[in-house]
Amino acid sequence: MFKIAKYVVYDILRSKVLIAYTVFLLGISLSLFSLEEDASKSIVSLMSVVMIIVPLVSIVFSTTYFYNAYEFIELLVAQPLSRTTILLGKFTGVAFSMLTAFFIGVGVPVLIYSPNATGFVLLQSGIGLSLVFISLAFFSSVATRDKAKGIGLSLMLWFFFSVIYDAIILGVLFAFSDYPLEKAVIALASLNPIDLGRIMILMKLDISALMGFTGAVYKKFFGTGFGFFYTTGIMLLWIVVPQLVSLRIFRKKNL
Amino acid sequence: MRLFVFLFASVILTGIIQGKTTVVCPDCPVNNFMRAAFIAAPHDTIIVKSGTYPSINSIITKPMTIIGENYPVIDGRGRDEVILVYSDSVTISGLHVRNSNRGSMKDYAGIRVFQSKQVSILNCKLENVFFGIYLSDSKQVLVKGNHSKGANYGKSDTGNGIHLWKCDSVTVLDNYMEGHRDGIYFEFAKHCHIEKNLAEKNYRYGLHFMFSDDDTYVNNTFRNNGTGVAVMYTKRVNMFNNVFENNWGDAAYGLLLKDIGNSVIEGNVFRNNTIGVTMEGSSRMRFENNDFTRNGYGLRIWANCTQDTFVHNNFSGNTFDASTNGQLQQNIFNYNYWDKYTGYDLDRDKIGDIPYKPVSLYSMLIEQMPYAVMLLRSFMVDLLDKAEKNIPSITPEAFEDKFPLMNMIKR
Repeated sequence: MFKIAKYVVYDILRSKVLIAYTVFLLGISLSLFSLEEDASKSIVSLMSVVMIIVPLVSIVFSTTYFYNAYEFIELLVAQPLSRTTILLGKFTGVAFSMLTAFFIGVGVPVLIYSPNATGFVLLQSGIGLSLVFISLAFFSSVATRDKAKGIGLSLMLWFFFSVIYDAIILGVLFAFSDYPLEKAVIALASLNPIDLGRIMILMKLDISALMGFTGAVYKKFFGTGFGFFYTTGIMLLWIVVPQLVSLRIFRKKNL
Repeated sequence: MRLFVFLFASVILTGIIQGKTTVVCPDCPVNNFMRAAFIAAPHDTIIVKSGTYPSINSIITKPMTIIGENYPVIDGRGRDEVILVYSDSVTISGLHVRNSNRGSMKDYAGIRVFQSKQVSILNCKLENVFFGIYLSDSKQVLVKGNHSKGANYGKSDTGNGIHLWKCDSVTVLDNYMEGHRDGIYFEFAKHCHIEKNLAEKNYRYGLHFMFSDDDTYVNNTFRNNGTGVAVMYTKRVNMFNNVFENNWGDAAYGLLLKDIGNSVIEGNVFRNNTIGVTMEGSSRMRFENNDFTRNGYGLRIWANCTQDTFVHNNFSGNTFDASTNGQLQQNIFNYNYWDKYTGYDLDRDKIGDIPYKPVSLYSMLIEQMPYAVMLLRSFMVDLLDKAEKNIPSITPEAFEDKFPLMNMIKR
């Protein structure tokens, strides 16, 4: 498994896309931190980048990589290796390279300019989101053989989680605005990894004190140790479940 | 000229009517503070040397001067009130007053002044008192340089630091209040001057006043109080160069203005508050040269506020610059700096060419549905805000700064 991962990493490192991604993240982080004197404000701006760009690049890059390396997969399948090992090896390789890019691009500037709780939560949710969206990318890649369809599905997933899902929440809030919805909103929002990552950071930024009673309810839920385990748990579920599903499909798949 | 003669005469008279001086110390013939205050003749001076003196309801009924040296402890022993001033022309300075009683039936005070004129309370320390300095029905009182620390009773069981009820022309200068219910509390206190005070870590408000017209607040700092500063039902208030900061909490305001009219709020700093300024039913106010920095909401202005003017203020680093709860908007915003302004300045006159709308769609949504705060900084919300900025439908159209400044005003 790790041997496969190693080859995947070598392969990815040779392509320029990942390097471009790293440089892009690094450029954004450094410019945000140097433009703004107040580091917590830069974290807020950086957060919007992490919430949009990181999932998008993770999912699109992983999907295209999967399809581009299809011959390699076919070759590996011909070897005496279990399909689980192959897919997990691929996942490990892609995840390792994406996380390295993220760590150099965002992690290092954050550790230099803002090494505090907020910064760590930003990194944590960025790492979580990278993994979640790589996992989703693998799911959409094994779900269909057609490259265009696969990438289309990936983009759909990204669009759903970053835009449509919030619109749905807002719609639900409007429709049921006569009811006490605090708990329902927590449940709804925590089902979306992007929302979850965002909320984790917001809680650290002390914005929870903003909105009176509601903010207090959220703070009580997410600000505690239980909230931390809950958010981490949901993130892990979002990484593991799509991966399990894609493993199931991949094991029985007719390549 | 007449004034000068009057002053001259009063100086001479003071010299003549100056009484004798009594020294109170643990080893002196007079070693009891209560007794010294009782036997003193009018216009006497009592000098209290350092030591501890029990004082349960020491009543001062004659004009006199009480001077503490090295902060003698005047101890109420938790029985009742500590010092009561029932006479005009009393000066109390340098005492360390502590341990008043507490309770909900009576407002026990460290130093109480009742129906008196020309009283000065200077440089006293108050500790573990229910109410610190309590002035009622008094005029021309000077409260200066006092340091009052409330009791550690807990939130529901503390009184106010400096409490004024039905007073006139009181000067409150250079005082420090901590751990009280309200740092400074005024009710029916008119024509007062409040300068250079610091109120922090009080359980409820740093400053709280009602029905106290024509007061002036200069260079005060109110920080870290339970719910900030709340002022109500008052006209003609002047607030200059005060600092309101670090009032974070579920219902904390830098400054809450409820039914305040014809007032001037100038040169103040509102920093790190959940809500910088909340205005409710406040009209004909003038906000000039204030800084709203890093608040949750910079300004929350209810639709029942009319004819308020906002000029030359800086709004920077606020999560929301402004919000309101209705479509109606009858206030004037001009020449303010807003860090979220994205317009351009083609003619280079440092004034943006297109108006700025400080109220975002999302802040209006939150006003109606508080739980939607969960979507704060979501991509979708940003998209909606952008769309709304271009074609306003929910946000009040008239709520705009027609001449937003391009650069922050340097102060």
